[in-house]
Order: sequence, then C-alpha cells, then structure tokens
Amino acid sequence: MDKTISSPNRKLKISSGPVGQSNSVGSRIFDIFNYVFLTLVAVTTILPFVYIIGASFATEYEIATRPMFFIPQNVSTAAYEFIFSSNKILRGFANSIFITVCGTAINLFCTVTMAYALSKTRLRGRNFFLNMVIISMFFSGGMIPGYIVIANILNLSNTYWSVLLPGAISAYNMMIVKNFFQSIPQELEESASMDGCTDIGVLLKIVLPLSLPVLATFGLFYAVGHWNAYFGAMIYMKSAKEKWPLQVLLRELIILSNGSAGDMNAMDPEFIQPPEQSVKMAVIVVSTVPIMLVYPFLQKYFVKGVMVGALKG
Amino acid sequence: MTTKAAERKAVRGSGKEYWQRLGNNLKRDKWLYLLLVPGVIYFIVFKYLPMFGIVIAFENYVPYSGVLGSEWVGFKWFQSFFGYPDWITYLTNTLILSLMNLVFFFPAPIILALLLNEMRCLRYKKALQTMLYVPHFISIVIVVSITFVMFGSSGIVYKLTAQLLGHPIKYMSSPDTFRWMIIGQTIWKETGWGTIIFLAALTNVDTQLYEAAMVDGAGRFRRLWHITLPAIRSTIVLMLILRMGSMLDTGYDHLILMANSMNRKVSQTLDVFVYQQGIQQGRFSYASAIGLMKSVVSVTLVLISNKIAHLMGEQGLY
Repeated sequence: MDKTISSPNRKLKISSGPVGQSNSVGSRIFDIFNYVFLTLVAVTTILPFVYIIGASFATEYEIATRPMFFIPQNVSTAAYEFIFSSNKILRGFANSIFITVCGTAINLFCTVTMAYALSKTRLRGRNFFLNMVIISMFFSGGMIPGYIVIANILNLSNTYWSVLLPGAISAYNMMIVKNFFQSIPQELEESASMDGCTDIGVLLKIVLPLSLPVLATFGLFYAVGHWNAYFGAMIYMKSAKEKWPLQVLLRELIILSNGSAGDMNAMDPEFIQPPEQSVKMAVIVVSTVPIMLVYPFLQKYFVKGVMVGALKG
Repeated sequence: MTTKAAERKAVRGSGKEYWQRLGNNLKRDKWLYLLLVPGVIYFIVFKYLPMFGIVIAFENYVPYSGVLGSEWVGFKWFQSFFGYPDWITYLTNTLILSLMNLVFFFPAPIILALLLNEMRCLRYKKALQTMLYVPHFISIVIVVSITFVMFGSSGIVYKLTAQLLGHPIKYMSSPDTFRWMIIGQTIWKETGWGTIIFLAALTNVDTQLYEAAMVDGAGRFRRLWHITLPAIRSTIVLMLILRMGSMLDTGYDHLILMANSMNRKVSQTLDVFVYQQGIQQGRFSYASAIGLMKSVVSVTLVLISNKIAHLMGEQGLY
C-alpha cells in the first residue's frame, strides 16, 4: 500500500481534480447522487447493445410475448443460421471487409507518402502544398459538386473505386503524421542517406519501422471510418447491389423494410416480406462485432488523438 | 529595405544562378516530389475540382455538356428556390432542429464532464468512461437500426409504452416524435465522446487553486462555479462558435435514414432537400445553389460569433 501511495504517479492522481477532502453532509449526498446518476447514464448507454445481443439469440415467439428480457429462456441460434446461409448478407459482409482492407491500404499509402514529403523542410514549394492541404480543411465544394466529380466526370459509379478513393486522405490525419515524421531525429535519416539511400529508401528502412504505432493508430482510424460508412456506397453504387457493404444492406433490411420508407424503389423484392425481429438483431450484432473487437485499442488511441488535437488546436 | 533586398539577392543569387539552384534542388529531391504525387492528385481531384464545380450553381448544368459547356443562368436557381412556397418550411425545420440540438445536446457533454470530474474513485470513473465512449464508434446506420428494432411497432419500447399508457406512441413514424428521436439519438451517440475535450481542458486546471479555495472555506459548488467552470470557459466558447457555423447543417446521413413519408412535414431540412433534389432527382444545379447558400450563411455565422467571442474577451477561433 505504502508503495503505491508514494509512487509519484499515484500521488498525482489522488491530488488531481477538484474533490479534495471535504466531507460535509451536503458533499456526501452529492457524491451518492453523482455515482448513482453516472452509473445510470453509463448503463443506459450500454443497455441497447445488451438487449440486442440477448434478443438475437431468442426465438421469435419469446421476443413477441415477453415484455423485457436480457437473457433468453430458450437460446436459439436460428437467426445466425439464417444470416450465415443468406448469400446476400454474406456477400455484404465480404464487401465490407474488402472495402475496409483496400480502403485502409490506400489511405495509409497516400497519407504516408504525402506526409513524408511534406515533413522535409528543405523541399521547395513545401509551403504551397501545405497551404493547399490546409485550405481544403476549411472550404469544400459540398455534396453535389463532389458527386458530379465522382459520378459524372470520373465515371466511378457502381465501382468499388467510388468508395475507396474519395476519402483517400484525411487532411487532419495527414498533418498529424507529418508532424510525427518531423519529430524523428534528422541524424538517423542523414546517416542512412550518407550510405547511399534515396529518400524512398530512408522512408522504407528508417522512418516507417520507427512509426509503426502511429501507422497502426491511423490505420485503425481509417478502418473504422470505412466499416461504418454507408452514404458513399448508397449514392454511388445504387444499382450495383452485389457490391453493397453491410451498412447499406442494413439500411435496406431494417430501416426501409419498416414499410414507411420514402424511397421504396430501392427495395429488393426478395425482402418485401420484412425479416424477423431476431434476424434484424442478429444482423446488427454481426455488423457491430468487428468494431467491438478493436474497441479497446480504439479507446486507447482515439482518446489520445482527440487530446492532441484539442491541445494543439 | 535596400539591405534586405540585397541580402535576398545574395541568397538567391542572380537570375541564372537562381535557376541553376532550383534545378539542383528539384533533382536532389526528385524522390520526394514523386512521393508527393498521389497526395497532390488526390487534393486536386477530390477537393479542388468540387470547389470550382460550385459554378454549376449559376449554370443550367447538363452532364452531357459538362461543367464548362453548360448554359449560364446567373441567379435563376436562387430565385426559383425563394419563389417556391415551401422554402420557409425547410428553413424552419432546419432551424428548429438546430436550436433543439443547441439547447438539449450541446450542454450534455459539459455537464457529464463536470460530473465525471467530481468522481473520487478513478478506477470506477475509467470504467464508466469506457462504457460511455462505445456508441461514438458505432455507425449511424446501426444506431438508427437499433432505434427501429426497439421503438418500431414490434419493438420493446413501443410495446412497453402501449402497455403503460394504454395507447401506443408511433415513435418512428409520427411527426410529433421525429425531432425528439433525432436529438435522443445524437445525445446517446455523442455525449460520452463529447466529454473528452472538456475533460482534457479540466486536467490543465492548477490544483493549487482548489487547495487555496478550500483553505478559504469554499464549498464544493463554489469551487465548481469559481474555478472549474472558468477553466473550461474558453473551450465552451470555442465549441459554441463551431456549433454556430453548423447551424444550418442537420447531418444528411443521419436525417435521410430517419426521414420517411409519414414525418415529411418535419423531416424536410435543407440538407435533406439538397440530397433529394440533387442526388435523387438529378437537379444538380438547383441543389448546388442551395448548398452554396448554406455555406455562405455558415461562414457568416462563424465570423459573427467569433466577433462576439472577441467582444466578450475570449480568444475565439482565430
């Protein structure tokens, strides 16, 4: 015990925050209220997930008759069996994985190459290119001109490129990677270029191995974005259903099948009959699982990323 | 002046020398320029081309004739929007949703951050934070899907309210509930995540201030009022300015998932209108004109609110 208290890190944690040692009755009551309230908020945040997971393993009859439950009485995997035998959903899953993997690879390639070139202060025209990036962070053409460029000028409609290319670089991420590259000691790179390495050689042999954690973080950043995206796929791949990712399929299965949709022409005759509740829940679970698998890493790095942005901005 | 110019000349060298140096530099860094190519192409094609594409708002754009070949019509689309009797509905729907967002969602992360900051048990605080951040990473499609599954006519919440009230509430299709559902989803998804920026600002507070205040006999609430809140005031102002800039943005990706024929009356915002006119009906020029109008108003709002922040003695956005 003594050890933990005397360690500087621990001490810092105890003394930080506005709490102090006041122990008045009012303060105690506030504490109790605060703990109860925050616990309730956190539980409410999680509860829908718990319910959905529970109900996805329940029978249709139980969902229809029991008012509220988290653990089903009769565990049934029928919903999952249906999903994994449905070509449409499996196809969507495969598309999502394909788009996420390829998209992230393109993201990292474009981000790293540009960030590395811009991290060299000796580069002529560097300020011009940096300004080009920064201006794009504040102004944009908007939804329609972007759509016209992708669909009418580049003719990317109904190809995977229409969802892979438009977000290839996030200006914000690129600037952070650039700053990181700049923080790597110059001597390391200089010694390599003395030995006859070109700039690309230095990037591959020296800089990239040193920045693996950073690359992992931004790779995750981009990958989550791709996995969650639906708007691009919905508008650009409207008539290429075999290329739809899971999110667009989910919209069709759950949101449009509710019968109240404005755009009925997007409906598939195969799903005119709305799918069963448990199937809907199972699809939600399946499309959320990949995010949950990386969530521990996400939390660790994303929080840090936001902090960096907050402190610098 | 003259010495500076002479210095610059000395550094750059005379005309011939300058070009020679430039050539040498380009040659030396040829690989770096090669690395720059994909990124620069990306920014030109996907960022700058659309920016210049805004001119179609003043044209009668036909995909066949292209952006440069289409007929110039000036302010025709702007006039036709304001000549359309429903434009005021779109504007009010947008503003009501934004104001509700400002009143109900904006303070939520601040309050939550302050409460989290008051927790003494750091391990428990961390566990709660882990739970609170989850929905931020969930796709909006899944959030809306979960809502449909739980609030739709065979959902659990729908049935429970029907039992409790004796009559059902049509959460997903009634115009009366639409806005509340949108705000509710936003609060559920983003409140936890929104606390991070305020918690970060709170870690910068000098703890000696609290100790000094305690010695002076300030209770917990006075410390909150006089130390903690002023510490995050500039962050709050900054977030407020950013919020003002997106006063006319209602988030089309969220709204078009929730909009349907039953709640048309309230779900038609400017963003939804741009999407419907431009992407669904192919009236590109008309939709771009409305989009452009929105951006101009947004920039103006940011400038105004930044000015107000300066007058209030805050640093503001820039």
